[in-house]
Amino acid sequence: MPNATTSGGFWRWFHGFGSPPRFDAFARHSVPWLAGVTIVLFAIGLIGGLVYAPTDYQQGESFRIIYVHVPAAWMGMLVYVVMALAGAITLVWRMKLADAVARASAPIGAAFTFLALVTGSLWGKPMWGTYWIWDARLTSELILLFLYLGYMALTNAISDRQSAARAGAILALVGLVNIPIIHYSVEWWNTLHQGATVSKFDAPSIDTRMLIPLLVMALAYQFYYFTVLLMRVRNELLSSQRRTQWVQQLLVNEKIA
Amino acid sequence: MTPKRRQRLILVLLLLAGLALAVFFTLNALKHNINLFFTPSQIVAGEAPEGVSFRIGGMVQDGSVQRSDSDLSLQFGVTDTAQAVTVKYTGILPDLFREGQGVVALGQLQDGLFVASEVLAKHDENYMPPEVSEALKQANKGKYSDTANEAKQ
Amino acid sequence: MSEFFAMGGYAFFVWSSYVISAVVLLWVALAPLRSRRTLLKQLRSQQMQQQARDQSS
Repeated sequence: MPNATTSGGFWRWFHGFGSPPRFDAFARHSVPWLAGVTIVLFAIGLIGGLVYAPTDYQQGESFRIIYVHVPAAWMGMLVYVVMALAGAITLVWRMKLADAVARASAPIGAAFTFLALVTGSLWGKPMWGTYWIWDARLTSELILLFLYLGYMALTNAISDRQSAARAGAILALVGLVNIPIIHYSVEWWNTLHQGATVSKFDAPSIDTRMLIPLLVMALAYQFYYFTVLLMRVRNELLSSQRRTQWVQQLLVNEKIA
Repeated sequence: MTPKRRQRLILVLLLLAGLALAVFFTLNALKHNINLFFTPSQIVAGEAPEGVSFRIGGMVQDGSVQRSDSDLSLQFGVTDTAQAVTVKYTGILPDLFREGQGVVALGQLQDGLFVASEVLAKHDENYMPPEVSEALKQANKGKYSDTANEAKQ
Repeated sequence: MSEFFAMGGYAFFVWSSYVISAVVLLWVALAPLRSRRTLLKQLRSQQMQQQARDQSS
């Protein structure tokens, strides 16, 4: 295999994109656009979910909690996968951007997971008859929240950045096994939580007028994540690269708020 | 990729594979503890513990719900289509408690009768508006006796 | 309209889910703006100190 740093289109892109000043410029220009798309998607999704989606035949209006519960739960898992991948890149390539992405993702993922648990609880009370039950789905989702909090505590407790990055990356990778467990918990064991609706291989068992707002909301949550991620990554890079030329230059150029 | 990086990548992948294997065996060993409830078939086969509380899960048998006239107590059959167990309960039921719908109850077996202290509803993964469910019911007429909308009316 | 807010009797559960989601998501989105201001201030004062040291030496 040829040396990565000198040849190969993908590897050149990979290392170029990973350069902190270039990524900072890219993020600075992208954030306003991403934020705009996020707001528009939220507006469409909320109106679709709260107004246009019909009432459920079993659960009545309470089913509308789905539009904040399911996207939060999906994103809690997606953000964790991003964090673990960034951890792997940190361990293998020692790329500073990857560590910034992982560190920036953790609080966002924790927020999504927290929301999935709280909104699920608010849905469980009227429908199931309880706010909480220790079934496999709810328990593994709670473990996901603890993994995020553990990652944040660990990386903040170690003052040396490089050691913190490696320890955090290993924790993130170890916790990755929880993701398939969350997803398949409702199939592998019997639980109070019902099975998957949308990610089944056959057609989703949800009416189209209910499904479309759900997908729009899911997209809104994704764009929300990208927006906040880039904002947080910029801060992480600024903090970890404070001694470098480009940050010193940025301090002079960026207008004082 | 430099040899050093490739080596580290292999190390990371080995860590993941080893971990996945370890977790798989642990979960496999704990299978019975992780399951939330026993099915009526398991209970009839004597797999459920005696003298301690456990959960039963299944469908509320169609036409099996018998309510008391004087208080909140009721009796209903829970089935997994193969076997059925009769459940006795006094108290408030969740909104989704319906014949033909899923249910999970906590309680103890007393002389073949399951005396429940808590009854929770389990809903399925289907979401549709009432008129669609009505249309499906018409299409399936005679195939199932659907009671889904009875409680609403 | 009041029917919309009543959510078929599930108003408490539906609206608290939406309100909690909105509050948490807004808070998480605004936090980096605040921390960026603090960070810039801190880094600028560090830069100033460094320049002062460079000039005096």
